[in-house]
Amino acid sequence: MMPIARLLSKRLGTSLLVLFGVSMLIFAIARIIPGDPARIALGPNATTEQVAALRAALHLDDPVWIQYGYFLGDLLRGDLGVSLYTNRPVTTDIAQFLPATLELVFVAGFMMVAIGLPLGILSARYRGGIADNMVRIVSLLGVSAPSFVWAVILMLIFAFYLPLFPVAGRISDSYSIQAVTGFLLVDTLIAGNFRAFGNAAWHIVLPAFALALSGIGQATRLTRANMVETYERPYIEMARSYGFPGKRIANRYAFKPSLIPSLTIIGLDFAAMLGNAFLVEAIFAWPGLSRYGVAVILRKDLNAIVGTVLIISATFLIVNIIVDLLIAFINPRIRLSQRSS
Amino acid sequence: MSRPLLDIRDLTLGFKGWTGFTEVLHGISLNIQQGERVALVGESGSGKSVTARIVLGMLQSLRSARIGGTVEFDGRDLAQMSRTERQRLRGTRISMIFQDPTSSLNPVYRIGTQFHEVLKREVPNFSYQDAMGRAAEILREVSIVDAERILSSYPFQLSGGMNQRVMIAMALANEPDLLLADEPGTALDVTVQAQTLDLMRGLVEQHNTAVLFISHNLGVVREFADRVYVIYKGRIVEHGPTTALFDNPRHPYTRALMMAVPRLTGGGVPDISDDASAFSAPLVDHLAGESSA
Amino acid sequence: MKRTISILIANPLSLLGVVLVATVVLSALFADFIAPFPEHRGAVVDFANFNKAPEWPYIMGTDLVGRDIFSRILYAYRISLILGVVVLAIAVPIGVTVGLVAGYFGGWTEYVLMRITDIFLSIPPLVLAMSIMGVLEPTLANGMLAVTVMWWPWYTRLVYNITRSEREEGYVLAAEVIGASPLHVIFREILPNCVPAVVTKMTLDLGFVILIASSLSFLGLGVQPPTPDLGSMVADGAKYLPDSWWLTVFPGLAILVAVFGFNLIGDALRDILGADQ
Repeated sequence: MMPIARLLSKRLGTSLLVLFGVSMLIFAIARIIPGDPARIALGPNATTEQVAALRAALHLDDPVWIQYGYFLGDLLRGDLGVSLYTNRPVTTDIAQFLPATLELVFVAGFMMVAIGLPLGILSARYRGGIADNMVRIVSLLGVSAPSFVWAVILMLIFAFYLPLFPVAGRISDSYSIQAVTGFLLVDTLIAGNFRAFGNAAWHIVLPAFALALSGIGQATRLTRANMVETYERPYIEMARSYGFPGKRIANRYAFKPSLIPSLTIIGLDFAAMLGNAFLVEAIFAWPGLSRYGVAVILRKDLNAIVGTVLIISATFLIVNIIVDLLIAFINPRIRLSQRSS
Repeated sequence: MSRPLLDIRDLTLGFKGWTGFTEVLHGISLNIQQGERVALVGESGSGKSVTARIVLGMLQSLRSARIGGTVEFDGRDLAQMSRTERQRLRGTRISMIFQDPTSSLNPVYRIGTQFHEVLKREVPNFSYQDAMGRAAEILREVSIVDAERILSSYPFQLSGGMNQRVMIAMALANEPDLLLADEPGTALDVTVQAQTLDLMRGLVEQHNTAVLFISHNLGVVREFADRVYVIYKGRIVEHGPTTALFDNPRHPYTRALMMAVPRLTGGGVPDISDDASAFSAPLVDHLAGESSA
Repeated sequence: MKRTISILIANPLSLLGVVLVATVVLSALFADFIAPFPEHRGAVVDFANFNKAPEWPYIMGTDLVGRDIFSRILYAYRISLILGVVVLAIAVPIGVTVGLVAGYFGGWTEYVLMRITDIFLSIPPLVLAMSIMGVLEPTLANGMLAVTVMWWPWYTRLVYNITRSEREEGYVLAAEVIGASPLHVIFREILPNCVPAVVTKMTLDLGFVILIASSLSFLGLGVQPPTPDLGSMVADGAKYLPDSWWLTVFPGLAILVAVFGFNLIGDALRDILGADQ
């Protein structure tokens, strides 16, 4: 698998370069804050000496590029600085809140693929029919509202009106689960507590679905569009000439080639979920990165803002590399070609 | 004469579109005997490709298509069959070869996998191992010796000529009675096209497969077919045994078609009258009066 | 243009889109005449009528200080539409120009411009806008700035892809052969071919800008009270679910209706203009 290895190293290189750029961009954004971050952090009651000391500690008196140099040096050692809001290392804060957010995003991403792709296949196979039109309207509705609106609507219907799902939280208070990975769905299984696993799964359904809805709509629309195009290809006519049943042609002959162009966009939608998770978490009181992220932004907590955005971007870049590898795996042209495209 | 394998009588086809009804075939009749090679010749848009697709039963399910007349395969009227029955014929008793081999093979599956799928049409529980054995056997018949490499390749890794051989082998893998060849190899270089056609002819002769050969290329038709139908704007205008028709083309359209072929020996581009009204002259049948069906 | 409009009206779904968008635009334009309580757009307090379920004359109920939600939604539409138009008016020319230049000149220009674009694209859109809003004062103008900064790269990507393929077309080569300047080729030859795709995307994006802007204000990072805003109305009301459901449901549906309308039209335009992606 030489070409795959080459592709991977090339993508890793580009991603690191992009991440470096992201750090500069975010750093630049964070430094245009009006007012004195040290003063904001310490509050109005701090003495001038205290403020000056903090300014010195944060290198705020140095030119911007020197500040960036310090920041980069710390970053390479895995140090994102101390949050002025919690007074703890930013990495500690993020390590505490990120798993809940990631868990939500991963489940939503799974829903997006597991629901969106089959709906798209169905729609393309029966294009022009009633099922197709229904799916098209529903998927368009899905992308037409922000996830917090879906969260409100789903919560009203499925937690209050029909009390099928819990209103808030990740797991019922009666369970105490040893944190290993931070992912409750994993930790409960590690603990061998299947009731707790069920409880955690029950809690994540509504928020994840609210988060997934626009992604599901997007994945459906994309799969449909690409498959409708694939249906015009000669190899589909050839498959039909061999008398393969319509279902087999859809699921096998038309779907796989159509998936290749869809996957890139699905990766981008996954990225959007990392941001949209903030909206859903707020409604479902999900103890993820949202409250922390919004709080540090409102308090102009530089280190925490930069750290949070960097971590989210890194996660996104990793997801994109995985998507690229998946595409290479599905598309033999990339997998086997000597020149990586 | 025995009952023909394929008997098309007075076939009409029209499409209902936004702008009204367009008739594409105005009643064509055509038959093919067991093991016979018949060519359907005409320019693009004359209705030759749709004829093949009706024989395959692929246009019948189209909502906008209106089909009249009868198409009998092996004595059974296609219109009387259910969709599943028609579908069951495809890939087993009737198969088809397409114009551009490379884009007609699925780009994301290996040749071997695609062969396996085709063989499973006839024998649903054909194992992959056995299928590869059978595939290698057929590939040898189209002069592919390193079958193993071909079977583990993807279409884009092979040349157009190689893909064409694969497609021919696939089409004949289930020993069909009738092979529909729609402008086979037109997308290939002429030398490669000649080679693969040669292979195809040997193969259908050996297996006694009947062929409906659709083409606009008179030179190829002359080499390949026993009998020729000339189609113009949805009507058969001339029909006869290949030699008779080529030696003595009697319909104005056939004559124009033959003149239009540039000669290797020079002589410039022939003059073809702009007046096409003579092309609508009635059918000339070289076998009329004989016992042609 | 005439043809496009007649096709839009012929299809029931795109007709619905036209009706929805027309409703939204007209109610924003004429909010002063339609709104039963125009003064409720501002910091009005009417504790006698606070937190009322929908009933005449408050057809969508009242909020926690007694303001008519329907009236506030009309004025919120006005601000959302202004924001959407301004954002696109700035982001599209920037994005399109960068895409044209990168696609046409290739080489180092392309590498640098497209990597910069990648940087913007590799931060989830909402997170980028949030972090910009975080350091700026939450005003309407800054909200527009934040959304603009996250929006232009998408047009760069779209136009870059089109330019790259058009660049090899015969008509571009022909123009170059007769000595047309790069400026002429870019803006007079290639740009017109990007128009259908860009127009389609802009129609869809008018909806999505409204969506993102409402998300920002939902998080408290957008327009500040007492200016009416759909996102912050949902955020304020969410604490009072399920009892005071009208506080969240109507503003939420208002977002859905507007975005859905733009999406229906955008979808139809994509089919009509044959624009890819």
